[in-house]
Amino acid sequence: MGPRTGIYICHCGVNIAATVDVEAVTRFAQALPSVAIARDYTYMCSDPGQALIKEDIKGFGLTKVVVASCSPRMHEPTFRDTIQEAGLNPYCLEMANIREQCSWVHEGKEEATRKAMELVAAAVDKAFLLEPLEERRAEVTPTALVIGGGIAGMQAALDIANAGFQVYLVEKEPHLGGHLTQLDKTFPTLEPVVLLLAKVIKAVEEHPGIDLLISTEVVSVEGYIGNFKVDVTDKTTTRGLQVGAIVLATGYDLFDARLKPEYGYGLYENVITGLDFERLAFSSGSGEGKVLVNGREPQDVVFIQCVGSRDKSVGQEYCSRICCMYTAKQALLVKETLPQAQVTVLYMDVRAYGKGFEEFYDQVRSEGVVYRRGSPSEIFKKGERLVIRTEDTLLGESVQLEADLVVLATGITPRRDSLKIANLLKLPRSPDGFFMEAHPKLRPVDTVMEGVYLAGCCQGPKDIPDTVTQAKAAAASAMIPLCQGQVKVEAVTSIIDEEICSGCGVCAEICVYDALSLHARKGVMTINEVLCKGCGACATACPSKAIKLSHFTPAQILAQVDALV
Amino acid sequence: MEGQNLAQAYRLFDCIQCGRCTGGCPMSLKSRFNIRRLIYEALIDEDMDLRSQEVLWDCTTCATCTLRCPKGLDPTDMVIAMRSILVDGGRIPPTLRDALKSLAIRGNPLTMAREERADWAEGLGVKEISEGAKVLYFVCCSASYDPRVQKVAKALVQAFKKAGVDFGIQGNEEVCCGSEARRVGETGLFEMLRELNIETLRQYPVEVMVTTSPHCYNAFKNEYQGLGFQVQHYTQFVAGLIDEGKLPLSKEVRKVITYQDPCFLGKQNKVFEEPRKILENIPGLELRELDRSRERSLCCEGGGGRMWAEGTNPEVRLAHTRVQEAMDLGAEVLATACPFCLLTLEDAAKTVAGEEGIQVMDIMELVVEAL
Repeated sequence: MGPRTGIYICHCGVNIAATVDVEAVTRFAQALPSVAIARDYTYMCSDPGQALIKEDIKGFGLTKVVVASCSPRMHEPTFRDTIQEAGLNPYCLEMANIREQCSWVHEGKEEATRKAMELVAAAVDKAFLLEPLEERRAEVTPTALVIGGGIAGMQAALDIANAGFQVYLVEKEPHLGGHLTQLDKTFPTLEPVVLLLAKVIKAVEEHPGIDLLISTEVVSVEGYIGNFKVDVTDKTTTRGLQVGAIVLATGYDLFDARLKPEYGYGLYENVITGLDFERLAFSSGSGEGKVLVNGREPQDVVFIQCVGSRDKSVGQEYCSRICCMYTAKQALLVKETLPQAQVTVLYMDVRAYGKGFEEFYDQVRSEGVVYRRGSPSEIFKKGERLVIRTEDTLLGESVQLEADLVVLATGITPRRDSLKIANLLKLPRSPDGFFMEAHPKLRPVDTVMEGVYLAGCCQGPKDIPDTVTQAKAAAASAMIPLCQGQVKVEAVTSIIDEEICSGCGVCAEICVYDALSLHARKGVMTINEVLCKGCGACATACPSKAIKLSHFTPAQILAQVDALV
Repeated sequence: MEGQNLAQAYRLFDCIQCGRCTGGCPMSLKSRFNIRRLIYEALIDEDMDLRSQEVLWDCTTCATCTLRCPKGLDPTDMVIAMRSILVDGGRIPPTLRDALKSLAIRGNPLTMAREERADWAEGLGVKEISEGAKVLYFVCCSASYDPRVQKVAKALVQAFKKAGVDFGIQGNEEVCCGSEARRVGETGLFEMLRELNIETLRQYPVEVMVTTSPHCYNAFKNEYQGLGFQVQHYTQFVAGLIDEGKLPLSKEVRKVITYQDPCFLGKQNKVFEEPRKILENIPGLELRELDRSRERSLCCEGGGGRMWAEGTNPEVRLAHTRVQEAMDLGAEVLATACPFCLLTLEDAAKTVAGEEGIQVMDIMELVVEAL
């Protein structure tokens, strides 16, 4: 008996049904060879939709299932589980993408419907040739590596260690704490950062489950989820670590204000950045956190928002998310300690989106800080004082403000060495230069590299609570494989025909996962099936066509092509 | 419909009204010209009436707004487009109209005769580029006809000869680059001049074109295509000659000087180092930097057609501010590297400091003093 295929056409509400005549596609599918049953349904991914498929597998004795719906990136895992629950091998599923590749991109119903039919026919012909594949499992080393000893890395390390797993915490600098060590008080709660930090650092240092490696850098990462081999060095000795999961918490750099020469940073000593201000507030001789300029109390202090944020002219398109509030905090500090001073914040929009932020912004203004709308264009000097040229956009007038101190609210940028780290872990970065999460909504701490998770500002600008939240999420995600003890290994891998392979090594050069190596005795290439991600690059590159990719064999793909042309 | 067309053509929808354009605009120091507001009006008013916008002629096209815009918009080009609409409707200051007419008829905006263009070079032994040379010296209308700027051209010739540069000029065939025509909104005339120039210039098998004016330099470098040779401002070329040891500056010039960055050289083309390099190589000369220099340099008000249009509030002149700043530094010479800067600043120096006060000179004039 040949394959018995079931076909399921999804309306996706109106996403597909408004552009594709799903009933016509269903009738068309029913008539295709090997098809036992074709159905359409509003939402195939819903519970009743999946139940339909499961019932048919039993009722019609289906051996292959085709779902015509969205991209496999969206729901292939869903439907693989569905058919597995009904007793079919999960790899006996084929998806026809009639949403992203059809209904969303076409307008004419007739043409879209015809294309949907062709996509379904192609999927059916491929499904005909699909073979069951075996999902394998690999053991997990029950330890984690956390890269970066700022607040994100420390929190992630603590959570994983508290759950009972051994953690290596690697920090490049000779001390823990990252950028927080340079900050005075938190916003909007005005707690001294040093107290917060001391608590966390102490917990990390004293934790028996945390192996703290300071002044240490990661030099290489090999392996895969559950079994990473990591080399770290403290410049004198290099040691190898075996870990099951990695949390990346490498933090950020501050925007270099000298890249906006119009503000005169580096030229005028009374133009400072927000971080310089924190240091001033810390170390000022008055002992009350009073900010002094050349030993004198400033009369006019101007804060400038969005320096190196939301600014395409310096390649920083995004909002840095922390500057509105740290500026509010600093402006308040000046107003509180120097009540006579005129404190002005020049802004283009105030973003007070977090818990307690708007209330804090209200408080800062009611204490007498003046917010003027307008992003300054340049600063020059007038004797000892500074002149800020801006438009007050609410007045519609160009104005020149004088000040004794200008504080630039510099934003957050990706670390200068982030490309190096990205290469080390084979991680993609989003267009802003930060490490890219696997999915912006549903997998915000995962990466495309299984077993590698993101925490804190290395993924994008964040304040302390958001950083800690993400660190705890990354820790929880990293613990999933550690708790499971075993990980599923991708069943779709390359397969080498040892009769044909000449061992030339072209495939190994092209493989970004280091999954191919020359067999010492046989003189042919072998595949580490755990490392192989099934991308197929080697199969394309092989000059002797000795490699094929399971689930995407030449026969399967050609059958699909034949149906389309 | 003008507002909406402009909004689409110049991506005005992307504007966040932050005000950096107006805040940095040199004209906003003295005029009601408010570029942020113009953008906003074009955005919300489909029937925006530009006829009442006399201040549009105030813009010097220094491009500070474009450079400062955090959203990558080009307000300078929007102003030029608005001017085009006025020009098309025949609404243009009469002095500018005369300059454009001369440009169309005589190939220069100075109402001078074509056949007198190369008179300045008489007796200097400068060859015509048609005789073949490695370097084409593009003189510029101002340097060809204006007696004050002619001195710069002559100085350049003297330095070229000293350094043994194989160069030639187009002579009476030289035609305006069209930069000012484009900037006052006479797009058609600019395109005509460009076509004409490209056709002529590409015949010459030269390696590099050297210009007197940053305005010509900017036009040839950024607004012409397919010339087939490199374009340099003379400060770049001369700094190169000094680097190669071909132009020994041996005589002392004992002067305290400061330098005005021309907008079309500095801000717009980031040529900041070469002019300073030349000045630093002149023995005895002391260079004191203006506080507002380089990216923060203050426009002299000579660009964007302003040599032919007074603009609003002529009582206040930025060139006066500039001269005053130079004098406050204790500078004996305010140097620059642009014909427009030279003329506006020298005018201002006469008013502010009188004939015996601070001198305004082109860098080339200082160079030949040191030869």
